Amino acid sequence: MPAVTETLETVQSVTDSGYKWGFETDIEMEFAPKGLNEDIVRFISAKKNEPAWLLEWRLKAFAMWQKMEEPTWAAVKYPPIDYQDAYYYAAPVQKVKPKSLDEVDPELLRTYAKLGIPLKEQAILAGVEGAGDSPSDSGRMPVAVDAVFDSVSVATSYKERLAKEGIIFCSISEAVQEYPELVKQYLGSVVPQGDNFYAALNSAVFTDGSFVYIPKGVRCPMELSTYFRINAKSTGQFERTLIIADERSHVSYLEGCTAPMRDENQLHAAVVELVALDDATIKYSTVQNWYPGDSEGRGGIYNFVTKRGACRGARSKISWTQVETGSAITWKYPSCILQGDDSVGEFYSVAITNNHQQADTGTKMFHIGKNTRSTIVSKGISAGKGQNTYRGLVKISPKAHGARNFTQCDSLLIGDKCGAHTVPYIENRCMTAKVEHEATTSRIAEDQLFYCRQRGLNEEEAVGMIVNGFAREVLKELPMEFAVEAQKLLAISLEGSVG
Amino acid sequence: MTAVATTGAAAFLGRYEGLRTRLPGARVAWVEALRDKAADAFRAKGFPTRRMEAWKYTDLAAVTGAAFGEPLTSVDDAPALPPTAHPRAVFVDGRFRPDLSTLDGVALQVESLGAALPRLEGRIGALARPENEPLAALNTMLFEDGLVVEVAAGVAAGTLEILSLAAESERAPAFHPRHLVRLGVGASLTIIETATGPVAARYLHNPVFEIEVAEGARLAHGRLQQEGHEGIFLSTVYARVAAGGTYDNFTLNAGAKLARNEIHVALTGPKAEAHMNGVQMAGDGQHVDTTTSLDHAAPDCSSRQTYKTVLAGRSRGVFQGKIHVHQVAQKTDGYQMNQALLLSPDAEIDSKPQLEIYADDVKCSHGATVGELDADHLFFLRSRGIPEAQAKAMLVEAFLTEAVEAVADEPIRTALEQGVAGWWQRQGVAA
Repeated sequence: MPAVTETLETVQSVTDSGYKWGFETDIEMEFAPKGLNEDIVRFISAKKNEPAWLLEWRLKAFAMWQKMEEPTWAAVKYPPIDYQDAYYYAAPVQKVKPKSLDEVDPELLRTYAKLGIPLKEQAILAGVEGAGDSPSDSGRMPVAVDAVFDSVSVATSYKERLAKEGIIFCSISEAVQEYPELVKQYLGSVVPQGDNFYAALNSAVFTDGSFVYIPKGVRCPMELSTYFRINAKSTGQFERTLIIADERSHVSYLEGCTAPMRDENQLHAAVVELVALDDATIKYSTVQNWYPGDSEGRGGIYNFVTKRGACRGARSKISWTQVETGSAITWKYPSCILQGDDSVGEFYSVAITNNHQQADTGTKMFHIGKNTRSTIVSKGISAGKGQNTYRGLVKISPKAHGARNFTQCDSLLIGDKCGAHTVPYIENRCMTAKVEHEATTSRIAEDQLFYCRQRGLNEEEAVGMIVNGFAREVLKELPMEFAVEAQKLLAISLEGSVG
Repeated sequence: MTAVATTGAAAFLGRYEGLRTRLPGARVAWVEALRDKAADAFRAKGFPTRRMEAWKYTDLAAVTGAAFGEPLTSVDDAPALPPTAHPRAVFVDGRFRPDLSTLDGVALQVESLGAALPRLEGRIGALARPENEPLAALNTMLFEDGLVVEVAAGVAAGTLEILSLAAESERAPAFHPRHLVRLGVGASLTIIETATGPVAARYLHNPVFEIEVAEGARLAHGRLQQEGHEGIFLSTVYARVAAGGTYDNFTLNAGAKLARNEIHVALTGPKAEAHMNGVQMAGDGQHVDTTTSLDHAAPDCSSRQTYKTVLAGRSRGVFQGKIHVHQVAQKTDGYQMNQALLLSPDAEIDSKPQLEIYADDVKCSHGATVGELDADHLFFLRSRGIPEAQAKAMLVEAFLTEAVEAVADEPIRTALEQGVAGWWQRQGVAA
């Protein structure tokens, strides 16, 4: 039971608030004026020295957004958002490249340390000269990291090592400068500007995010990872991630997110686009731990995110794994467009809502190619006054002969004031396709609890263990290091929900 | 002078304005208020569109784009009626026909709604929600007749048939019967309801049922929707079940060009039960929709739902089923299964099961499957010398029978078995 022991230690070590990433980093920031209009869009584009086509692209998105209405169909409730009362650009002030860690803004380093980034990688992220070239910590599988601080990517590690394989891993702003053709070809090709309200907003004002290109036949030698951090007050974070896996390539990408504790609600409206060509595989894992608000439901992040992957090539595969423990409100449906014949889409999700958190999350699987397969495993855990909704769509087009889907949605209720909802949509227009869906809702059984208590575990430990078992099918899909982190998070998120 | 609308919501609203002073209960204040309120709701919302979540998969263009007339006020001819072993109430174009009905000596009170209306204050409209369901609003606004069935406490009333016929006519009549069924404490009743019409006649049948099942009472409600090929059937059932009561609904949704079978059941007392089962069978050019909504509003209740859909030719099937468990409804046991079989490359199925749960000590599950006939099963039968067409027919019937077998009530099961038998052969299509 090492994982459980570790979980308990973590539970005991957290502060009264239960959210250990709630710190605020006091570093010098540069802001654009508050509010949103065409000038702000132009300001962001100019600040990033973007080519004219991208500015046009943004302006088109902004024009679309102005005509769109905020969606209200999700099972979430929140006061109206004033889109004019936020900063759309906030960036740490750029300094000359430091010579060693001692010259780096200590606040920034402290932030990295608190986020759990190893010292070696801290140096790389802080942009210390030469830090990225030496081999990594002994024996440990290196993870290349891109850190996105509010609006901009502050640093990317292991760039050169990756470059040897022809892999491009950089911030999207950098990609716009260095690889404009790739960006132009794929940006908006999976999530078009006018896709939905939040995607349109993102397209107009996105400030940074990660860009990955894996060339033909290359298996990325390490996990690629991005830490997203909302730091500044009254800002929204609008990152845009674009991952392209060329023929026969393979990549595993992780993202982690945290934010300071604040009484106000902050908006996070990201767009993630994945493109997998023939025989390529993309594995995208998320541990989402944005600040969820306090136990009374004050503050927290509104996480309104559009994530979509296109399996364009034959035999390509896109796999989404998400552990959603944070955010006051989550509105997120990572999807797969299975265009290539024999392509595969997967969605593994654990979503926890405690206190006043609300989550409306799920996936969409569009089967277009022949013999396309998809698997959906969703585990929802509701505690306190949390509301948790699985909402998913499996759509089979007339030509998707032999398509196959299996969906399993399980909900666990802890306490009698929370809610668990399941809304799957199945639309099948192909006779030879086979779709199966099953959903269950239950609470932690008395006999399971009794069994654990009898063996000397207290109630909280027992619940932590049972919940980890409930979510195991999803957690085992995560890369090793993330899986451990995720287990701890589950326990912390449920703190105070029993007894 | 504005043109009189002949189609869509405006045409029906126009008809209501014209008939307002002549409809049953026209001078009874509460009836007038009920109808006016429904008309306001219908005026505000109109016919449902696919932008409404509850109507995402069913398009009412066949209703809104066509002109409908009023049913003839008197039908002299007596249509040929199938024989029956049970007391039977007969409706033609939505009007009760005492001359065709055989209700002598039944152990329950059966009346035409048109006659009974003034004494039904607080009962008509007790369950229907015109403000939520536009078709219930349309019915409330325009109902002229219906059946009032009341079973006194403790009475086992046996079986009652309700036969609804559409007359052969060129008028494309629209009729909106309103039926009321009330079972007293511990009473029991079986209703077998058949809706049918001429093969080629165009009509709109828009019935609304309001059903009250008191403590410990038991109602078995079998419905055979076998409307004509050009008919449109839009039905809404509201049922409320008190403590220890049981409502057992089985719907065979097989006829009509466009059919919607919408059922709202509320379990309002402890240990109430609902069984909702059904089969949908659609051939070329048909659209069949079953939409259920089950409210678990009391503790210790249980519900079971099994729905099967088979689709041939260019047809479309819809299943939407929602189970809502309120916070008070601890110890709820809810189960729902819906399965669809596609027998044609041109068929489409849309399925949306839905759980909404606010109580923690519950056991709720739902399942859905969609697929074609199992190749292994087919091979098994063929390898035993059964010709392909016959083997397919057997498998289709076996698939449907699973739902029919769940029906406990003998007369209903028999009627259903007859409805299911031979459906595939009648399609005459080689899939």
